[in-house]
Amino acid sequence: MSKTFVYMDYNATTPLRSEVKDRMVEALDVYANASSMHESGRRARAEIEEARASVARLIGAKDGSGLFFTSGGSESNNTVFMTMYQLGRKNPARRKIITTAIEHPCVMNAAAYLAEEGFPVVYLPVDSYGRVDMDTLEKELSPDTLLVSVMAANNEIGTIEDIKTITRMAKKVKAFMHSDATQAVGKIPLSVEDLGLDYLTLSCHKIYGPKGIGALYVRPGSPIQPLIRGGHQENGVRAGTYNNLGIIGFGKAAELALADLPDFGKKLTSLRSRLKEGLMAKIPHVRVNGHPEAVLPNTLNLSFPGAEGEAILLSLDLEGIQVSTGSACASGSLEPSHVLLATGLGPELAHGSIRFSLGRNSTEADVDYVIEKMPPIIQRLRRMSTVNPLLGQE
Amino acid sequence: MNAFQWLYSDVVKEHFVNPRNVFDPEEKFESDAEGVVGNIKCGDQMMFLLKIENDIIQDVRWKTYGCASAIASTSMLSESVKGMDIRKAYGIKPTDIADKLGGLPENKIHCSVLGDKALRAAIDQYLEKQGRKGEFKGEDAVVICTCLNITDKDIEEAVKAGAHNWQKLQEATKIGTVCGGCKTKAEELLHEFVHIYS
Repeated sequence: MSKTFVYMDYNATTPLRSEVKDRMVEALDVYANASSMHESGRRARAEIEEARASVARLIGAKDGSGLFFTSGGSESNNTVFMTMYQLGRKNPARRKIITTAIEHPCVMNAAAYLAEEGFPVVYLPVDSYGRVDMDTLEKELSPDTLLVSVMAANNEIGTIEDIKTITRMAKKVKAFMHSDATQAVGKIPLSVEDLGLDYLTLSCHKIYGPKGIGALYVRPGSPIQPLIRGGHQENGVRAGTYNNLGIIGFGKAAELALADLPDFGKKLTSLRSRLKEGLMAKIPHVRVNGHPEAVLPNTLNLSFPGAEGEAILLSLDLEGIQVSTGSACASGSLEPSHVLLATGLGPELAHGSIRFSLGRNSTEADVDYVIEKMPPIIQRLRRMSTVNPLLGQE
Repeated sequence: MNAFQWLYSDVVKEHFVNPRNVFDPEEKFESDAEGVVGNIKCGDQMMFLLKIENDIIQDVRWKTYGCASAIASTSMLSESVKGMDIRKAYGIKPTDIADKLGGLPENKIHCSVLGDKALRAAIDQYLEKQGRKGEFKGEDAVVICTCLNITDKDIEEAVKAGAHNWQKLQEATKIGTVCGGCKTKAEELLHEFVHIYS
């Protein structure tokens, strides 16, 4: 009998879709340098431009002209922040950076670098659901604001931010607006035109495509400077020989993600509530983290006070269930998830948090298996715990 | 290949899955001494209960809020101290437990192996009840600041008394005020003890 294997860590990364894999196997033979003028080069370039248009469609861009391929979300985010660094150095009168307390570490650390260099950096607080505090944003926005960077949806708790309103507010002071949409793209409908963004970050491996490829959308006319200097690839925005295989895979993954979007939302919303209700009916003292409605359809973050996250994760792992946790013990630091702490969660609840992130291959049987395996694990850990599960619940 | 292995040893896994001597309220375990250390804020807390006769540990129970290696290390410790003289048990170090477990990742030795401290806290309580307070103090101490002969135990005691940063630790112990050569090591210990006792 083979061991049951339930992958519920799709926000960490997704498996490669078979259609994408097939397309990439074909693309392995597209060896020509897409910058070459000869026929092989032109053929490779045509495939890349086709992929670019496909990715542009997924994010509602008019065409591929504002879309630049990068190595992934971290590079895209860093490119935006380093562009702001150059702009702010030239014009110190406008170099305030506004971001949030719950960004991905690559935005957090890029912002921290600018702060080290003397830029004023504000980390907006969030409410208990993880939504940006609009009053603080309003207060912080000023004529010296250079960039507002707010993630479209949070990777840990799934909360979706009101990017449209935030962008409108940022535009009133003529600040540039960036959104790290790495977790939102392919999970919820999203359009750079509708949102009015200057910059949007996305990554391919979160939408069932290969790793090592991502993109940055730049509104035509908004400033952008290369992080990697070299040849004139990507209009001089990103040097380096074209990653034919990754880009072609990305194009296919984007095409499929766009086509599947309505069904994905419906299916995952239903699976998520089945999981949430099933676990909450069988396990006492469970707290749901994240927004009750404005939340990614695939992401469920729960706290099990009294039980520690790494111990829960490894117990689930022994049952073949793959999840992640906001506990410090799993991260190697002494601090639990900065996202959960920013929502006001006490350390007892943050250490006991588990993120279930489902995906297109998830089934009701997967969900039911987790609902069956989880209660005895929590019960066992709570029994040997010094911490009362009621602590911090009020 | 067992993918669990890269994280922890098979011994850790076995103790994590089948922990020994876990306290069960229904069992009505009568202890002679109790020790609690750790901080939920940091994700680890531990309680040790001892039954002691003529300075020999007769039986042990424990509870912990913590990760897999915290559970496994306490379980392992609870097994190894049964029948042990309390003086010997008092000298057990985190690395001794880690060795018995077939090794632990470096960052886990500091943050998750609290059992030895909880055990010492329980033995201290036992000694105090017997009017022998502080009898084992300093026995296994390691000198950290050679200029002023300040040991790890002195740092531990200072942190317990509220010295939660370098400045306060210096005020309490004068550590590092002569040559300053011990500062790195002393700060590591300070960080570790603050994690455990604050």
